[in-house]
Amino acid sequence: MIDAVLNGISGLGAGLTYLHWSNPIMIVIGGVLLYLGIKKDVEPLLLVPIGFGAILVNIPLADLMGDEGFLRTIYNMGVANELFPLLIFIGIGSMTDFGPLLANPKIFLLGAAGQFGIFLTIALALFAGFSQLDAVAIGVIGACDGPTAIYVTSKYAPHLLGPVSVAAYSYMSLVPVIQPPIMKWLTTEKERQINMNAFPTTPPSKTTKILFPIVVTVIGGFIAPKGLPLLGTIMLGNLMKESGVVSRLTKASENEIANAVTLFLGISIGATMDGRVFLTPQTLMILAFGFVAICLDTACGVLFGKIMNKFTGGKINPLIGAAGISAYPMAARVVQKEGQKYNPYNYLLMHAVGANTGGQVGSVMAAAIMLSVLQGIGLI
Amino acid sequence: MNNWTFAATMIIVGMGGTVVALGFLAILMSLLKKLFPHTDQQKTQA
Repeated sequence: MIDAVLNGISGLGAGLTYLHWSNPIMIVIGGVLLYLGIKKDVEPLLLVPIGFGAILVNIPLADLMGDEGFLRTIYNMGVANELFPLLIFIGIGSMTDFGPLLANPKIFLLGAAGQFGIFLTIALALFAGFSQLDAVAIGVIGACDGPTAIYVTSKYAPHLLGPVSVAAYSYMSLVPVIQPPIMKWLTTEKERQINMNAFPTTPPSKTTKILFPIVVTVIGGFIAPKGLPLLGTIMLGNLMKESGVVSRLTKASENEIANAVTLFLGISIGATMDGRVFLTPQTLMILAFGFVAICLDTACGVLFGKIMNKFTGGKINPLIGAAGISAYPMAARVVQKEGQKYNPYNYLLMHAVGANTGGQVGSVMAAAIMLSVLQGIGLI
Repeated sequence: MNNWTFAATMIIVGMGGTVVALGFLAILMSLLKKLFPHTDQQKTQA
């Protein structure tokens, strides 16, 4: 009987016996993510479930990511099969107004330039020793788009899902810190002061706004079929919004579906952050490359803005190039704020919003093209 | 495929393809705006 009691007691606290050195560190990191989300309001919708998921998975013997663990069930339900990021994309599409972009379609090119960091970072990651598919997953952090990064990584480098997702969402919220110095270094005082208040734009008709998602899906799908799930879902959301005839579906996509899926996605990503897998020098390199990707995106966007400035006879303020990344609407607000710093009468917001939504389309198109190129060369 | 070739392919085709695709979309959307121009009636309804 004493043996039975002692055996029973040994069952309590067994988690402490099996504690790996990385587990308490990851529990602290989970706590830091919770702090950032709760106290500092840094992407709380994602960092709170990610942080808590990281804490849960680093408590030994609970086996939450085992074959029958509930975190594994959620992971298999929507992350392993890439369903969750696609469902979130429908919500994102239904929340996005492409009107400012359509008012000045040339801005699409800034959305393209804002994605150059993805491809440059792939090259850097390759030469740092990552495999080709791992380099692709790292480069896609530069898309500044959580669902795109999760979609590509969970499909082609699932072992990197934790660090790539944490990097993607953390750096998106650091855009107001990362971008301004780069914007200042790459532009002259005169360029930063260029006033775009009188820049000619023509608003799109309702018909154009309805046709836009259909045209993008069809054309983009033919150019880069491998990325059609990403392109099709964001454009479906936008079509529902612009058609105005399925408001119940639009509201459900923006609210109930997006919220539920965000919770499941966040906790699943946290569940991949087991200390034994996460706390490696590779993770630090991934975080560093993610930072580099976003810096390169910003730099390329601003430089392309300078080229467009030359071609338009000085009418385009190169600062709006920095909004060509997919961090919507943060990047647009940064451009507006920086523009007003140098010229208080300059209202760059709507042009920056156009570039920002162009960046959203650009990031999805860049990922789609990247995946189609990978298929073309036989890597996937 | 060696890393140099892979990197060059991704940069040239990836970056070039993105610019060409979005440039093409920009031209298409400009044409659509000309075919279906915004009218004052829509402004009033808005």
